[in-house]
Amino acid sequence: MAGVSEGPGFLMTTVNLGVSWARTRSMWPATFGLACCAIEMMGTGAAHNDLARFGMEVFRASPRQADLMIVAGRVSQKMAPVLRQVYDQMAEPKWVIAMGACASTGGMFNNYALVQGVDEIVPVDIYVPGCPPGPQSLMHGILTLHDKIMSGEIQNSTGLL
Amino acid sequence: MPPETTEEDLEAADVPDTAEVASIADLLASFPEAAFSAQRYASSDVVYHTISVPVADWVGMTQAAFDAGFDTFVDLTAIDHFAEAPRFEVAVNIISMTEVERLIITTRVPYDDPTLPTLTGVFVGANFYEREAYDLLGVVFVGHPDLTRILLPDDWVGYPLRKDYNIGAIPVEFKAGSADL
Amino acid sequence: MTDTPDTTATPDVPDAIVDEPDQLSVADERRRLHDIWVSGTEERMPFADATNEGAQELLPREQDPALELQQGIAVEDDFIDPITAIDEERQIINIGPQHPSTHGVLRLQVELEGETVRRVKPIIGYLHTGMEKTAETLTYVQGSTNVTRMDYLSPFHNELAFSLTVEQLLGIDVPARADAIRVLMTELNRVSSHLLSSATMGMDIGALSMMIYGWREREVCLDFFEKTTGLRMNHNYIRPGGVAADLPDGWEDDIVHLIKAVNDGVDEYEELLNENPIFLDRTIGVGVLTPEECKQFGISGPLARASGIDFDLRKVMPYCGIEQYDFDIPLGLHGDANDRYHVRIDEIRESLKIAEQVLETIPAGDYRTPDPKVTPPPRKRIEESMEALIHHFKLFTSGIEVPPGTAYQSVEGPRGEIGCHMVSKGGTKPWRMHWRAPSFAAVQALPTMMSDSLVADLIASLASTDPVLGDVDR
Repeated sequence: MAGVSEGPGFLMTTVNLGVSWARTRSMWPATFGLACCAIEMMGTGAAHNDLARFGMEVFRASPRQADLMIVAGRVSQKMAPVLRQVYDQMAEPKWVIAMGACASTGGMFNNYALVQGVDEIVPVDIYVPGCPPGPQSLMHGILTLHDKIMSGEIQNSTGLL
Repeated sequence: MPPETTEEDLEAADVPDTAEVASIADLLASFPEAAFSAQRYASSDVVYHTISVPVADWVGMTQAAFDAGFDTFVDLTAIDHFAEAPRFEVAVNIISMTEVERLIITTRVPYDDPTLPTLTGVFVGANFYEREAYDLLGVVFVGHPDLTRILLPDDWVGYPLRKDYNIGAIPVEFKAGSADL
Repeated sequence: MTDTPDTTATPDVPDAIVDEPDQLSVADERRRLHDIWVSGTEERMPFADATNEGAQELLPREQDPALELQQGIAVEDDFIDPITAIDEERQIINIGPQHPSTHGVLRLQVELEGETVRRVKPIIGYLHTGMEKTAETLTYVQGSTNVTRMDYLSPFHNELAFSLTVEQLLGIDVPARADAIRVLMTELNRVSSHLLSSATMGMDIGALSMMIYGWREREVCLDFFEKTTGLRMNHNYIRPGGVAADLPDGWEDDIVHLIKAVNDGVDEYEELLNENPIFLDRTIGVGVLTPEECKQFGISGPLARASGIDFDLRKVMPYCGIEQYDFDIPLGLHGDANDRYHVRIDEIRESLKIAEQVLETIPAGDYRTPDPKVTPPPRKRIEESMEALIHHFKLFTSGIEVPPGTAYQSVEGPRGEIGCHMVSKGGTKPWRMHWRAPSFAAVQALPTMMSDSLVADLIASLASTDPVLGDVDR
């Protein structure tokens, strides 16, 4: 808890817990579907594997209204500044999930055209492996992010509430 | 250099080595410097034809094919034959829907002057395809309305699909890790 | 790109913070927090110039050389709606590359007069993956893993085009059972792709429940794919020489269940959308493509058939024995978004008919060609025979040896003609593999569909075009 003078007391801890609970239960993703992983991401939001039960079926088009950026797909050199611009436009607190092999490390395309891992551009919280990861894998990644926020392990970048 | 017909193509009885299609035979007659070959699809009886012309006949042959009924544009591509001269081959793939025939017209341009006239006057759809050939291989199409890069960023240097351009792979580090992180 | 910011000079740091880093007062801390909250979201970002694409952008009218293409009058001027704008103010607006209504990372720069679109320029390349260059470094056995990710909504069709081209170079034929399995999987892939395109079309137009319904039936198809190939998408199943594995036990019951479920689902979509006045208003007369424009731009598939062009590669240039099955080609009349929707829905039903016929007539036999230079031996044989071991080793380390030559073969994908133009100079890797992508031509024709119409019509016509940017950019 940087920036505040002493350690948290009882009230602060309960408030932190409440704030973390509220954040995880309505974390709205920004639409950043790029390639094949975007199809599986849409499948995760569809009826068979339902993201709405976690409060996340609203994929906000505007980054100003989104908390979570799921980078679903391969990021080319031309797309990299766009990715960074959209990330910068999101308001704190914000988290990033690198979905799929191409977003995590460049995947099977180790060549001139792709950014080898989206963590070269934005800070990533969760990496979901797969090519493409099925909806269950993506959901496991999202729920892991929720757990880490609830336990306090991942905070937003300022380290504050 | 004309494309070679392989052994397997000539063995099959239904692949002609002269143009049996009347329109293509007419085209070959009007352009005496053209070389011709035919190939058969796999798992099928469909036959398609390839005509190879010098650069001077590039637009003429395509326009003649268009007038002969090959009015559907399919594809335009460029190939870098690194060690052969002339180095770049450009191929346009067109279809005649009325006769149900496919025709691939190819030509060659050298490395020190990779220019050839544009086909956007015959097929408007060649626009993006010629931009892609320019972007990835550096073949210049004279007369193209907007010959800029299309798939790569505007300030990219080099032509990636050329054989002397490295694929750009980064070395993959396998760190000595343990299973229990 | 002349005025890039000078990032080499170090920024000035105020002395106060440098001198006393530990003694920030509460007021200063508040101010720092306020800056963190506000800045970064409101200021002009240092990367904003990096997203300008220079000469690739829509330039002002006086400077742009390709005006006719952008105004959509390059082939013919089929100006239908005489919409006059309120004033002569024009502005250039950017749509994408990150936008919920684009089917992938497509950037459209439009020149608007009020709500009317006057010029459109699509800017692509945001998903360029260098797949054609990657193909030159992969063997023919590995090649289908690469091409299957191009048009990621029809992976089986990509693999089929690649495999057929390699087989043409090798001069081999595959067994009849392999052909039948290939037809079955590609037709089911057509079903799942059209389900997705109808779902996203409904969602873009505003019928959000269509998205959920379409995905419900698509999951039935993906379950069958997972059972057969091991993966829901990007299967690497159709390989040169045949298919990777035989159909699983009980596949006949799965297909019967799938056909029934998808047919019932499509009945439901037609009930939802066919006579819906909002849907009709938004799709009739929107995004019209004339047959002349289709031929000039190289547009094939449902887009061309909706304009009335009776040309389907499965009928006129058949492959894999598809001519033995009995199916119709749905055609449209007007070439607008409504016709494209109907063509796709009817094609789903026709593909299910083909699947039923494959179910009844599939022959027994090998699912891969028995040629040992192409197909790896069965696992059991490797323990028994030295040649089998050596063949297995050579095939998976170096790959299939293909004689020199050039080959082109194409299949009818859900978006049009998917083709592979391959040049081999001998050896185990292709010299050059060019991919004929159907969506590349469709994106080129977007200005003719969208110009002189409203912005809402732009969204509807883009949705009905169903481009897949993985194919466009490769």
